[in-house]
Amino acid sequence: MALRRIGLYTALVLLTAVFTVPLVWMVLTSLKSYPDAQRIPSTWLPDPIETYGYEQLLQAGSQNPVLRWFANSMLAAVAQAALVLTTASMAAYALARMRFRGRGLIFGLIVATLFVPPATQIIPNFLIVDTLGWLDTLAVIVVPGAASAFGVFFLRQFFLSLPRELEEAATLDGADTWQIFTRIVLPLSKPALATLAVLAFLTNWNDFLWPIFVLFSGDQLTLPAGLGLLQGAYQTDYPVVMAGAVLASVPAIVLFVLAQRHIIAGVSRSGLKG
Amino acid sequence: MAPTRARVRRRGAATPYLFLTPYLLLFLVFALLPVVLGVWLSLHQWDFQLPNKPFVGVDNYRDLFDSNSVVYSFWWESLGATGIFTLLSVPLLVVLPLGLAVLLNRAFPGRTFFRAVFFAPYVLGVAVIGLLWRFLLDANLGLVNRLLGLVGLPDDTAWVTDLPWAWISLVGVTVWWTAGFNAVIYLAGLQDIPGELYEAAKVDGATAWQRFRHVTLPGLRPVLLFVVTTTILASANLFGQSYLITQGAPGTSTRSVVWYIVEQGIAQNDAGRAAAMSITLTLMLAVVSVANFRIFRYRED
Repeated sequence: MALRRIGLYTALVLLTAVFTVPLVWMVLTSLKSYPDAQRIPSTWLPDPIETYGYEQLLQAGSQNPVLRWFANSMLAAVAQAALVLTTASMAAYALARMRFRGRGLIFGLIVATLFVPPATQIIPNFLIVDTLGWLDTLAVIVVPGAASAFGVFFLRQFFLSLPRELEEAATLDGADTWQIFTRIVLPLSKPALATLAVLAFLTNWNDFLWPIFVLFSGDQLTLPAGLGLLQGAYQTDYPVVMAGAVLASVPAIVLFVLAQRHIIAGVSRSGLKG
Repeated sequence: MAPTRARVRRRGAATPYLFLTPYLLLFLVFALLPVVLGVWLSLHQWDFQLPNKPFVGVDNYRDLFDSNSVVYSFWWESLGATGIFTLLSVPLLVVLPLGLAVLLNRAFPGRTFFRAVFFAPYVLGVAVIGLLWRFLLDANLGLVNRLLGLVGLPDDTAWVTDLPWAWISLVGVTVWWTAGFNAVIYLAGLQDIPGELYEAAKVDGATAWQRFRHVTLPGLRPVLLFVVTTTILASANLFGQSYLITQGAPGTSTRSVVWYIVEQGIAQNDAGRAAAMSITLTLMLAVVSVANFRIFRYRED
């Protein structure tokens, strides 16, 4: 028994190394000077610890306004998460609790789009945002992505699992549908809403394919789109490139540490109900 | 003044549609319209610079299968690249995460910690993953060759510029990045299998392997179907890894089909052919998904 325990923990420690050493190496390299990072064979620890990578990255008036990209990404991800929560929760509530003509058709269409590979939507969506005059604006990275069916599907499942009694009692007390939705259903749904908010934020924060084709000006880029440019500009100047990668990782990792339970719950549920 | 009964009823009838309207607007413009527009585009010669976009019937589709057309070789090369990647990565991403999930599916101190560690790479975006692994796989300065050298293996492999190493790199990075995601899905499925089944199997004298084979695997069938299907779809959407890590090298041999479609549609101003490629790819994936469902259903009988 004790032997099996040792075997289990050995496997776990080795796997932990496989998953974390690359990330640790990223952080350590971001703290090296250029010559230190060019050393062959490479050394583990920065000697001495330098802020060279970050200084290069954040220098004022640079061609790569990294802080601006960071702000754009943050704004877009927060705005999209808010848009998803508002629109998806209302639609999901109607689909879960109300009877009306066309409900089956509407829900069927929404579910059907879950099976359309997103990459195949890019060309038509590009023409649509071009027609709207949205290319190279904030709207293009906030609004189209919020049409994803996942949020509606996910929240509908959750609303269906809530007991109806509270809503029925509120109806008897004279509350209208909007009051029931905002004062009873939404407060009861905080865990599901938090999960969706976190997943929506991360999806937008990490998006790469869409922003690199619909944003052009240096000032408008998101951080992931900008990282692609950094790689081209700095090539093997790895402390700078890794500092950029660290900057893009920090919000995602912090959110993961704070909301781990929500993220894991959301992912697990997508598998069971999917 | 109290509203009349009729007015209440009329307002009540509109309520569901009012709740749906904000989302449906988004859905119609950015989810449904693109599907219809995609079909329309694929039947037209759609150059952004042309004043009129002539209807060309199925010409855009025929070009994909006509070896004399300008897109033929690039289309099939990129489709082949995504195919190779999918064939290599899906089996690993179905089997290895199951191992991780089985490892995590028992009570021991630190279990949630290890689950979080295995999942952690997945919360990072492909841009971060791409930059990080381009560096780790650097032939001269990269950690991978350095570690291989330490254990006496060749330490000068050109991981991102030579074949077959570029494939191994793309697949390996993707497994490292997304294994934790599939493991979490498996783990939820494992926890849904009633413990009594394992107890009963033990009483009957089943070995650990027999319990895995006859209790765990059948119990996981719906989850397995989900994992196989979503992993194939995700692999077929390959873009960021090959765009950032191998940058298509050597030549254009690791350029994925999604990359080629977007490049053709936007950079090359050829939305018509790009739309035809998107639809052809979607149909191919639909065939694969249907085949999956049939295979799993067949086994159930």
